[in-house]
Amino acid sequence: MAASVLAPARPREVRAAVERPPVRRRPARRAGGDGAAVFNHRILPYLLVLPQLAVVGVFFLWPTVRATTEAFERSNAFGLGTRFSGLSNFVSALTNGNYTQAIEVSLIFAASTTFLAMAIGLFLAAEVEQLGRARAVYRTLFIWTYAVPGAIAGALWLFLFQPELGPGARFLGLLGIKWNFALHGAQALSLVIALTVWQQSAYNFLFFTAALQGVPVAVHEAAAIDGAGPLDRFWRITFPLLSPTTFFLSVMDLLYALFSSFAVIDVVTQGGPAGATTTLVYQLYEDGFQNADSGLAGAETIVLIGIAALLTVAQFRLLNRRVHYR
Amino acid sequence: MSPYRSDPRNGRSVRALSRSAAAVVSGAVMLSASLAASPAYAATPPVTLNFWTAMSGANGAALDHLVNEFNNSQHAYKVVATYKGSYTTVLSDTIAAFRAHNQPNIAQIFDAGTATIMDANGVYEPIHSLMAEYNLPFSTSDFIGGAASYYETAADQLDSLPFNSSTPVLYYNKKLLAKAGIAGPPSTWDQFYSDAKALTAHGVGCSLTSSGAYVMWTDMEEFDMWNGYEFATQDNGYDSITGVKLMLDTPALVAHWSMLGQLGQKDEYLWNGTTNTTVPLFSGGTCAMYEQSSADLATITAAAKFPFGVAPLPTVNGDRNAPQNTVVGGASLWVLSGEPSGTYQGDAEFLHFLMSGPAQAYWASHTGYVAVSEAGVQVLSSENFYKSHPSDSVATKELTERPAKPYTRGIRLGYLPEIREVEASAISEILSGKETAAHALAAAQAQGDKILSEFASQYGG
Repeated sequence: MAASVLAPARPREVRAAVERPPVRRRPARRAGGDGAAVFNHRILPYLLVLPQLAVVGVFFLWPTVRATTEAFERSNAFGLGTRFSGLSNFVSALTNGNYTQAIEVSLIFAASTTFLAMAIGLFLAAEVEQLGRARAVYRTLFIWTYAVPGAIAGALWLFLFQPELGPGARFLGLLGIKWNFALHGAQALSLVIALTVWQQSAYNFLFFTAALQGVPVAVHEAAAIDGAGPLDRFWRITFPLLSPTTFFLSVMDLLYALFSSFAVIDVVTQGGPAGATTTLVYQLYEDGFQNADSGLAGAETIVLIGIAALLTVAQFRLLNRRVHYR
Repeated sequence: MSPYRSDPRNGRSVRALSRSAAAVVSGAVMLSASLAASPAYAATPPVTLNFWTAMSGANGAALDHLVNEFNNSQHAYKVVATYKGSYTTVLSDTIAAFRAHNQPNIAQIFDAGTATIMDANGVYEPIHSLMAEYNLPFSTSDFIGGAASYYETAADQLDSLPFNSSTPVLYYNKKLLAKAGIAGPPSTWDQFYSDAKALTAHGVGCSLTSSGAYVMWTDMEEFDMWNGYEFATQDNGYDSITGVKLMLDTPALVAHWSMLGQLGQKDEYLWNGTTNTTVPLFSGGTCAMYEQSSADLATITAAAKFPFGVAPLPTVNGDRNAPQNTVVGGASLWVLSGEPSGTYQGDAEFLHFLMSGPAQAYWASHTGYVAVSEAGVQVLSSENFYKSHPSDSVATKELTERPAKPYTRGIRLGYLPEIREVEASAISEILSGKETAAHALAAAQAQGDKILSEFASQYGG
């Protein structure tokens, strides 16, 4: 039943006909003469994209080139005595217990925040969708946390969960949990995961809410008439129809967890205790900026970009097949 | 309220300071006097000298006072002191600024950063040669033993000016010790352990806490120095850059940390990571004793609402070397290379002013740091400062308990800040019960040795 509902609405030929015309019209325009006048300049288009190219060049390409060259060099902290060192920076990164621990922490952190933030975002969006007038109020409240900058959210949670002093810590103490994330690695990691999920689920909520607006009511009604219960309708109709959004969010959340988790970690745990919350990005910051080892940091940058690229490609390969674009 | 603030003697030292400051920078004064005679003087702006510091609060105010004193005493140079943040921030900012060719004239680099900058030739102008170049009297022997030995080179020369220096001491809450029937502070760790039992029995949950950010300094580096143990091979790195190995996995350190770990499991010893200050745990009356820098005396005095005392750190029982001597912690001042040539004379004169007797006396009496120059010690002794400030005499006594052995001059390890982070990780694993002291210290030693060999290879050893 679900399959017939989800079949493409338009026959292939129709779609092709709609998409093709611009290609055909173009030579006709040029023959008329007036079309050519619109875009006769050879330099103007480049000038127009120049600001964007400059931004990409200065803030992306140039640093990437620098990081890549520094990854194969070795110098002292002050940048003196630079010499080519082959792959030794990569070897010392990958054989360092810290770095392998950071890879592990990053994967746990990224997988759990992505899964939890998406699950909570979807659950709340689906629930709010069923409300009547109160919908607008709940939507505002659930999106709110996304407006709190990471550093401020971190300071807030730090205050709440300060060992012995924070109200959250005292509450956990009443439940019999000896809370001290300054010493216990698992507690520290759960804290930063919870904080990131608290923030990211709002982002996911926003996108799922938007996507839910596009699920046709008629399909739901037809399924209801056929006797499908609410849960059945959700998993068999709504969820597959949301798949483009789900896929998009899984990529965005994963990249967020890998790259943008810095502020939260820096404010709350500084990567500690004993590296329990040191993600790859945080390790990079410690080695590059605190320990002033630009060669090692360069090598770690390349490894991090490699890991992110691999994960994203894997997501596109594995998940994209199951995504249904209408 | 710090007891020193109301001390009427300070008035005298400030006045004396002004006189001496004028004398010390007489060269600059003469220069400005000759300029003052010419009409162009008003239009000649002083040369700005940027000075990056890690001093805030009361220490920052005392430093600002000295900077103003220098600026007002002459017109050729204007020192602009900028508080950059913690010691590690000043070090990493200075490195980043140097790489960007935007470095300050003078930077305050902490004890642990000494080897990182000292072995980077071309980064700084050695202070002993600057002083010689501008004919300012300067010698390693102008400084007290502990401060000179920590910062001197293999050739007994000073590349940087020893400045704010302190050493860890044991603060103890007299009220809580009396409550447990303990007569005085423990002189050995065994005695401390039995005191901890007595304190627990009398309802004092926490016996001891240590410096938050620098427990690795108080309970590893200084623990070794005070008891006469080596901290690393090659005389703690003084003899060589290459082939240096840490000595963390030693019976004494393992025993010390097993004991603290055992107490830590029951919250009888408290420490909550390098980013949480432990001052409130002592000043709020939670913990009966506190291993902390003598420089924190003013902060503790201001916050503690109970009578407390200051004692030397406990020693390891039955060790004939103990007590040996402690070494200074704190920072020295480095003049960075690559600045316009007209600035170096100003750097030298400013630093020469800071080591003068009156400046050091002002500094020591307004902060918890000791006077690092012999001239400063003389001024303070003549004012009977040590008699009225027993905590300063405890710090000075520890620093000079016995003549330093080759391996108790200081810690000269490259990338020591990074090694301290590794040690802090080991400590949190010991205190959370995740690892035994033996295992955690062995792992920290292996990781620290990697950092040392990385330093050796980067610094061309």
